Amino acid sequence: MADSHAKHGPSYMTIFWYLAILTVVEIAVIFLPISRIAIAVMLVSLASAKAAMVALYFMHLRLEVKTLGYIALTPVLIGTLLVLVLLPDTLSAPRQTDAAKKLEAPQH
Amino acid sequence: MSDAATALHHPAVEPAESPLTPESWGKLGMWIFLAGDAVGFGVLLASYGALRAGSVDWPHPAQVLGIQLTALMTFLLICSSVTMVKALENLQASNLPRAKMFVLLTALGGAIFVGLQAYEWTHLIERGLLIFGNPWGATLFGASFYIITGFHGLHVTAGVIYLLTIYRVISRVKDMRYNYMVTEIAGLYWHFVDLVWIMVFTFIYLL
Repeated sequence: MADSHAKHGPSYMTIFWYLAILTVVEIAVIFLPISRIAIAVMLVSLASAKAAMVALYFMHLRLEVKTLGYIALTPVLIGTLLVLVLLPDTLSAPRQTDAAKKLEAPQH
Repeated sequence: MSDAATALHHPAVEPAESPLTPESWGKLGMWIFLAGDAVGFGVLLASYGALRAGSVDWPHPAQVLGIQLTALMTFLLICSSVTMVKALENLQASNLPRAKMFVLLTALGGAIFVGLQAYEWTHLIERGLLIFGNPWGATLFGASFYIITGFHGLHVTAGVIYLLTIYRVISRVKDMRYNYMVTEIAGLYWHFVDLVWIMVFTFIYLL
């Protein structure tokens, strides 16, 4: 049982407090007077850290065999690839409202 | 000993079954299911990002949705994850009554979460945010919001039913090892629901 080793490392309550504090930090970050990109990077990093804590400590992934970790990482890899594949289309696509304006403009 | 039997016991030959999770195949099954489910959520969130990036009148979610309630919901799910691991801890210590109490508390946390989500949806629908309408800009904002939060809410609802079923099972079965195993598998699902909400909260409400 993975949990039989769970005593080694931070306790569940320690992880709980980390998660609670990181959530408060996340909410505080959106009010910072910095660029939206910087806020986005910070939020994604904080969310990833929280998700990793849940997987490693609450789901005991750090105590399981490596192959199980690879199974858990597969969706992360697929998700990252999906974002990369969508990125060129997303960045080059005409903006929705711009397209709407063109449709509304009088035809000559 | 036959040749086949000799070969079977040779140290260089791997045994026919070398499970990743020796204590239970169910645990491996749950991990594989969760990996597939995570791809589903990943696709939804990536689509949300692509739609948002292609729109100039996408509303700022934190301003129109309100994050106080969802911050509370996030905190609630984190608390329910702790009660879930506490249930496991008590099962390991063969303290069944306390384990059952923690399983019930986890289910209660999930039920309150779903209730709060229903309250949030009602409030947003009253303000005009519909699946085909959004008073603050891009129409697809409403559709993507309800699909993603709804898909997660469905998972929480299923989780509550799952936990109540586990409560019934561990109340009847006397084998503590079995009880630990089924509760651990249910716990994996529950923590996954919490993990996904962490992402949904960030991408849908904060970004």
